[in-house]
Amino acid sequence: MKKTYKIEVDCANCANKMELAAKKTPGVKDASVNFMLLKMTVEFEDGADVKAVMAKVKEACKVVEDDCEIYF
Amino acid sequence: MTKKQKRMLCRILAAAALLVLLALLPLSGFLRFAAYMLPYLIVGHDILRKALKGIKNRQPFDENFLMAVATVGAILLGEYVEGVAVMLFYQIGELFQSYAVGKSRRSISALMDIRPDCANLEMENGETQAVDPDDVPIGSVILVRPGEKIPLDGVILSGSSTLNTSALTGESVPREAKEGDEVLSGCISTTGLLRIRTTRSFGESTVSKILDLVENASSLKSRPEAFISRFARVYTPAVCMSALALAVLPPLFLLLAGQPPRPGDWVFRALTFLVISCPCALVVSIPLTFFAGIGCASREGVLVKGSCYLESLSKVRTVVFDKTGTMTQGVFAVTDVFPAALDRDALLEAAALCECRSTHPISRSLLAACGGEIDVSRVTGVQEISGKGVIAQVDGKAVACGNSSLMAQLGVSVPENAAGGTLVHVAIGGTYAGLIVISDRLKETAGEAVAALRRTGVRKTVMLTGDTQETAAQIAAALGIDDVHAQLLPQDKVAHVEQLLAQSSEGLLAFVGDGINDAPVLSRADVGIAMGALGSDAAIEAADVVLMDDDPRRIALSIRIARRCLSIVYQNIVFALGVKFACLILGALGIANMWIAIFADVGVMVLAVLNAIRALRAPK
Repeated sequence: MKKTYKIEVDCANCANKMELAAKKTPGVKDASVNFMLLKMTVEFEDGADVKAVMAKVKEACKVVEDDCEIYF
Repeated sequence: MTKKQKRMLCRILAAAALLVLLALLPLSGFLRFAAYMLPYLIVGHDILRKALKGIKNRQPFDENFLMAVATVGAILLGEYVEGVAVMLFYQIGELFQSYAVGKSRRSISALMDIRPDCANLEMENGETQAVDPDDVPIGSVILVRPGEKIPLDGVILSGSSTLNTSALTGESVPREAKEGDEVLSGCISTTGLLRIRTTRSFGESTVSKILDLVENASSLKSRPEAFISRFARVYTPAVCMSALALAVLPPLFLLLAGQPPRPGDWVFRALTFLVISCPCALVVSIPLTFFAGIGCASREGVLVKGSCYLESLSKVRTVVFDKTGTMTQGVFAVTDVFPAALDRDALLEAAALCECRSTHPISRSLLAACGGEIDVSRVTGVQEISGKGVIAQVDGKAVACGNSSLMAQLGVSVPENAAGGTLVHVAIGGTYAGLIVISDRLKETAGEAVAALRRTGVRKTVMLTGDTQETAAQIAAALGIDDVHAQLLPQDKVAHVEQLLAQSSEGLLAFVGDGINDAPVLSRADVGIAMGALGSDAAIEAADVVLMDDDPRRIALSIRIARRCLSIVYQNIVFALGVKFACLILGALGIANMWIAIFADVGVMVLAVLNAIRALRAPK
């Protein structure tokens, strides 16, 4: 399952770091961040609890870039 | 400017004013330190906070950390003005970058502003109500007033209008639409009121498909983008380590060699090193260039499915075309008439009369060439001979129209002729009367399209077709296509493309087709280009690049847009890395001071971003 979320982040490098962090989160099969459109597309593993996984993704992103936001 | 940017601007202005003021005041000692801390904290407190957070989260090596270490170091060394100035210029650079990115983001979304806001749904009681296009079920009736966007794909029930399709196709010539015509969402109705029965839901409508495609385009990353993100990951820690080495090793070495170590000097050089090293210029400008390039292409009616395809498109050296629907219009028409006995019009009329009962495309094209109405009562005793032609009595005379085997059957000798296309021989009263050539008409811009491809540096053009050898050779000669393979079945086309892929030593291969039964070839080629794809889902699925209208000149245009975009990308990589490495070496040698370091960081980024924005404009 794939879902797209609106994000807020200031710099392109931070967007790259968010992408890496999201990819490493358990329950996420693949993730990509589009800095230009400020969107994060997350592909979840089968049977993953989307809400819980996204909370983890946000937490992981906050660690690498304090100044970011994911709307879900 | 957003609120955040405005606040940043105020902080920068306040700090800059304070810095100028302090430079005029004769302060010394601790008072001087405390005074300079004021502008420093005003402009840089968030950077310091982020750097500390990074250390706490064990992710220390980012640009905040670089800036924090460099400025704190400069202040500790007593270089107050430099310390504050570095922070100040860094923030100016960040502000400029976020402003430029925001601006291009907006200008690209304005290009793609085809999303309809609402649909005027006709209710059962005859009144209309504005609703979200998402809530309109298939088969509803909607009203589109002049000046409005058509929100969903459908068929016109009543009314007629002139449609502006430029947002979808890049084509500025408006299209007429009347009752019974199919219309696509995203077009703007300019003149009349239309009542439309919807045939697709919003999610399935053309406008959603296109938006989806463009918005997801940058998730397929190109090699330069992947290179930059990998590079940035290795680069920052490497530079931090080098800076540390620069601060510690030379003084130690000098100490051992019995010379004065001057540690302050070396630490300052290391700090300069840190300021120069920030990778922002690359990390921002490369994705921005691709994004702008894709945006520019979509404005020209060329949808590129990912920045990796923009990269492949720029390297295309071989272009393979399908014939029907790509270089030709896919419509049969009379292209040549060679009368033997009577004049041209009389020959055409005789042939049209003879074939007037048939619905075969060839008969249709004869009727169309004759123009006007035909008096069917002049024709009697029509006899269709399957696979050969038609014999009929026209005004009492026996007229035969058909291929050479029909002529042979009738015992009429046919002169030699090298014309390509479908040949219709005509015999009147048992004697040969002439030849009519019917073929698929070339697109008006096809010749220009091939010439334009050659000008952009395409080395080889090949045409593949299921048509006969003569027709194919004639078209290839007319257009200036290098190589042609005729009488191919769809699977033969795949085999030919594979063979060409194996042969070509340099550059990539693009296949251009109309998306009808050539999906396997589209996906086999390095770049699959589908044309005239508006409304055809299969083509949009299969292709990497979609040309929204069916003008073959757009093939060359899309290659030029891709080339320009990639050349800007490489310019930026070379320029940014070149200046950075030059400054790093100068910094390590102690030649570059802090001000040069600031230019290498902020100045390079500003220039790279400005250069990236050029990709928004289509090449002339």
